[in-house]
Amino acid sequence: MSTATKRLLMILPMLMAFGLGLFLYQGIGQDPNKMESSLIGKPLPEFSSETLMSATTIVTRKDMLGQPALVNVWATWCPTCRAEHEFLLSIAAQENVRIFGVNYHDQRAAAQQWLTDLGNPYVFSVFDPQGDLGIDLGVVGAPETYLIDANGIVIDKVTGELNERTWVELRTQYLSLLKDVK
Amino acid sequence: MMVRIFLTFVFFCMASVIPLVTQADITSYEFEEPEMAQRFVGLTTVLRCPKCQNQNLADSDSIIAKDLRTQIQTLINSGNTDQQITEFMVQRYGDFILYDPPFNKSTMVLWLTPIGMILIGLFALWFFGRKAQPQSAMLTPDEQQQLNQLLADNKLQDRD
Repeated sequence: MSTATKRLLMILPMLMAFGLGLFLYQGIGQDPNKMESSLIGKPLPEFSSETLMSATTIVTRKDMLGQPALVNVWATWCPTCRAEHEFLLSIAAQENVRIFGVNYHDQRAAAQQWLTDLGNPYVFSVFDPQGDLGIDLGVVGAPETYLIDANGIVIDKVTGELNERTWVELRTQYLSLLKDVK
Repeated sequence: MMVRIFLTFVFFCMASVIPLVTQADITSYEFEEPEMAQRFVGLTTVLRCPKCQNQNLADSDSIIAKDLRTQIQTLINSGNTDQQITEFMVQRYGDFILYDPPFNKSTMVLWLTPIGMILIGLFALWFFGRKAQPQSAMLTPDEQQQLNQLLADNKLQDRD
């Protein structure tokens, strides 16, 4: 074996270790909680549930269609939901964004009180005390916000707080969806 | 020395028991047949909790894990097969929920790296093993004759 090949062979393990290092390095800083929703590109699941405000009013998937909208999963026990509530109110009022709520694993009275006290950004909230719709949506924990188009296809999802920063990306898509409808 | 070995042994025995003790309460789920309860334990062990990512569904006490356990119980009792239940979960939560991920584009590196490493190792063994051997183990006719001569001389010397 010539010295050149010998030297090359000695460098090889170092190169391999370096490659592995690079591969692992790009994983650092990635949020393991950030998972691609398997619902993206698919229609919002069918449901038929009471609204939060009235046990006798039944809403279905159809009631959310017609315009692009946000579907926001929330609960009174969820501190992050409280943190984003102000922001939801502001985009509902100022940008006229249609937001539907999914009241997830909650008490009806407490949730109604919360909306009375803090304001109600939702067209309506689906009452989902057992988390059935939550499972069909693939909800991991509140809050989660889905962007749907006028036909009820899920376009994107934000896991965690919706705020100025996380809204930016959704907003671009939302506005282009609005343009398509018109 | 013996005591130390014994203590190490005891430690490993205990370490293997602890995971059983810390499981969430999954015995309270009722099934029509005992075989179904077995399947429930099996499924909640191989499905991962989407919220608390290093626990399986049997282990976790998060809201979503409880919901999914109830969901699995309902699905089993209504006659779904294990495969149907797994598909139900993957549809909603993606491959992420499987502790045994399927082979596809995004898991290719995961599955192929160990095989690649073994191949590289085998190649290295072959490559360096080959060089370690003497250039040639065969003797030329001249060398063979020389060897025979030496052996014969040696025998003669021994006899003396």
